[in-house]
Amino acid sequence: MRRVAVLKGGRSLERQVSLRSGARVEDALGRLGHEVAPIDVGLDLIHQLRDASPEVAFIAMHGRDGEDGTVQELLEILDIPYTGSGVLACVRSMDKVLAKHLMLEAGIPTPEFFAFNETAFRELGAAEALGAIEERLEFPIVVKPSSQGSALGIKFARSAADVPAALVAAFSYDSKVLLERYVDGRDLAVSILDGKPLPVVEAVPQGDEFYDFQARYEIGRTSFICPADLPDGATEQAQELALRVYRMLGCHAFARVDLMLSGSGELTVLEANPIPGLTETSLLPQAAEAAGMDFDQLVGRILELAMARVPAA
Amino acid sequence: MSISRDLERYTGLFASRTKVMKSSAMRDMMAVTARPEVISLAGGLPDTSTFPPETFAAVASRIAAESCAKALQYGPTDGLDETKDCIAEVMAAEGMPLDREDTIVTTGGQQVIDLVAKTLIDPGDVVIAEGPTYPGAVPVFLSYQAELVQVEMDSSGMRVDLLEETLARLDREGRRPKFIYTVPTFQNPAGVTMSLSRRRRLVEIAHERELLVLEDNPYGLLRYEGDELPTLYALDRGVFVMYLGTFSKILSPGIRLGWVAAPPPVLEKINLGKQGADLCTSTLSQLMVQAYFERGNWRDYVDSLTDIYRKRRDTMLDALAEHFPAQAEWTQPGGGLFIWATLPEFIDTTDLLARALRENVAFVPGEGAFLDGRGRNSMRLNFSGSNEEAIREGIRRIGEVVTEQVELYGTLTGKGTAPAAPSAEVVQMPTPAERARRANS
Repeated sequence: MRRVAVLKGGRSLERQVSLRSGARVEDALGRLGHEVAPIDVGLDLIHQLRDASPEVAFIAMHGRDGEDGTVQELLEILDIPYTGSGVLACVRSMDKVLAKHLMLEAGIPTPEFFAFNETAFRELGAAEALGAIEERLEFPIVVKPSSQGSALGIKFARSAADVPAALVAAFSYDSKVLLERYVDGRDLAVSILDGKPLPVVEAVPQGDEFYDFQARYEIGRTSFICPADLPDGATEQAQELALRVYRMLGCHAFARVDLMLSGSGELTVLEANPIPGLTETSLLPQAAEAAGMDFDQLVGRILELAMARVPAA
Repeated sequence: MSISRDLERYTGLFASRTKVMKSSAMRDMMAVTARPEVISLAGGLPDTSTFPPETFAAVASRIAAESCAKALQYGPTDGLDETKDCIAEVMAAEGMPLDREDTIVTTGGQQVIDLVAKTLIDPGDVVIAEGPTYPGAVPVFLSYQAELVQVEMDSSGMRVDLLEETLARLDREGRRPKFIYTVPTFQNPAGVTMSLSRRRRLVEIAHERELLVLEDNPYGLLRYEGDELPTLYALDRGVFVMYLGTFSKILSPGIRLGWVAAPPPVLEKINLGKQGADLCTSTLSQLMVQAYFERGNWRDYVDSLTDIYRKRRDTMLDALAEHFPAQAEWTQPGGGLFIWATLPEFIDTTDLLARALRENVAFVPGEGAFLDGRGRNSMRLNFSGSNEEAIREGIRRIGEVVTEQVELYGTLTGKGTAPAAPSAEVVQMPTPAERARRANS
């Protein structure tokens, strides 16, 4: 039995999802016989952690603060072991622009893109270059904030006229945005647990043309197929690519890598999520289950991996 | 068995109406607005801190001393006579005489919307509402599998001419709307009030077509200026108009007490529906209202609320004029709790909320008030739930992020950055005359 602080909520726009992930994790930890201290992350985080003096922290936060390395950094300072990836892997994964550059350098296929800071438009006249970018990427173009988890702020620009408003929307979430070539194909997610890929999940949107934020967390709006029924070799290829991304970013214990399988059979990596959702409809638990591991076992394994990382004193 | 497999098993058991009962990304985002550091202009909350605790204590001890057993007991489904007398007082204050048998006491006004929908809607039936409409009514109509058709508004409320066009179109398509849902006075979310001529015409249309109207009037007594207009119910005298009233905004939303007045045959069905829903409205709440009304000064509290909210509204209007860019426009409510602001079309207020939350300020994005994708560049601002200082600061912060986005868009489209002199091609500006007209209407 261990004393586990479950970190959840926070200021992130994914607060609600995080509260749901956290609640499920707390239940699982309780069933596993651990002593649980739930913490809604806020101004008094340090105080709460000192009060709870946990042996380990389970980070069930998504997006800002939880997934970008901030909370991990604080836990390092307090010398509290925590679940999942370390600071560097979080920083690399959460920043899609950085992650995509690293992928390109490592020879991992990712859709072609251009990224800009708000200041590039405000101070360097980058708007002048939009025409050339649009020509290069071809419409529709996906415009997204660099660091927002989930699909919030992601827009499709169908023509040049759509681009400015799509950029304004994306800049609502982050000071850095990317314009990315749209890949028409199947939406895949490969979760990695302890350095091994789990069965591939395919997300099939129901009716709507885009797999939006709302659909992601709702039963019935998107159906998930796991293991995904893919053409010969594609499953292994997707798993191998995901594992390469996981290693290249330096992730620990678990992560989820999102990919696209184009109509012509090409796989490309969109992004990696160091703390994917753990709600009833989330993909990592579904993939674990397809591999024969129920939610309690998954949570137990994640906790073990956090403890295993602590060097023996 | 694992939980996720469990869920899938339950999914197969859900009724098809639950497909439309969904949480939204926006609602998830609203979870952040509850954090203490956020100035939230998003709520629809009356300021209950203005209610004197000693009055609450006196009312509660009186019930304990005089009617403890009754307060703890079930009551009649249609409500206690004593409560109905209080309702009659409120109705009289708004120019509507009421007999006890013409009303049913409900668990808040929201239950009236639910019971009316339950009574009247078959799957596929059409309900007509204003666009934008009260966001809390939309899921109710959808859960009964109604089809919602929204009719545009202007500063004089629902465009009744467009309503007639809509009705004619539905006729041609062989679809008969079951009822028209409207908040004619200080509308939520738009803050506008339906003019007298439109009220009269709407009631005429209801009579001509034998069509029911649900008049939702939670804010009528919260008037900050101008003359009182007759309610649709008063104009119609209870033939085709069903009336929804509530104690939520004049006393307390926590006591969950509302009422419906409707033609007797409709009321009878609603009563049966209520029996199935909750047997009766809280007896304790009903007796509290009765004890409170017996003190004889309930209007004084409404007057004090009106004074407080009027100042807050004025503060918000002043702050909007000072901090919002020229490309924005907003309504000038003569009462109620809300201002509806509309930004240039290139701003999506759901995305803007994400930006605003980084500045610790929140509003309600307009998308929830429409079903058809309109309203994405609008927002609802509440002025009753925050003090004047918070309102000024909140509007300043929202104005700043809006201005930032207007400038950015200008930069991106190569049409300049100066917010003082926006290009007419970028956005439409309300002329000063238009603004003044709005202010006076």
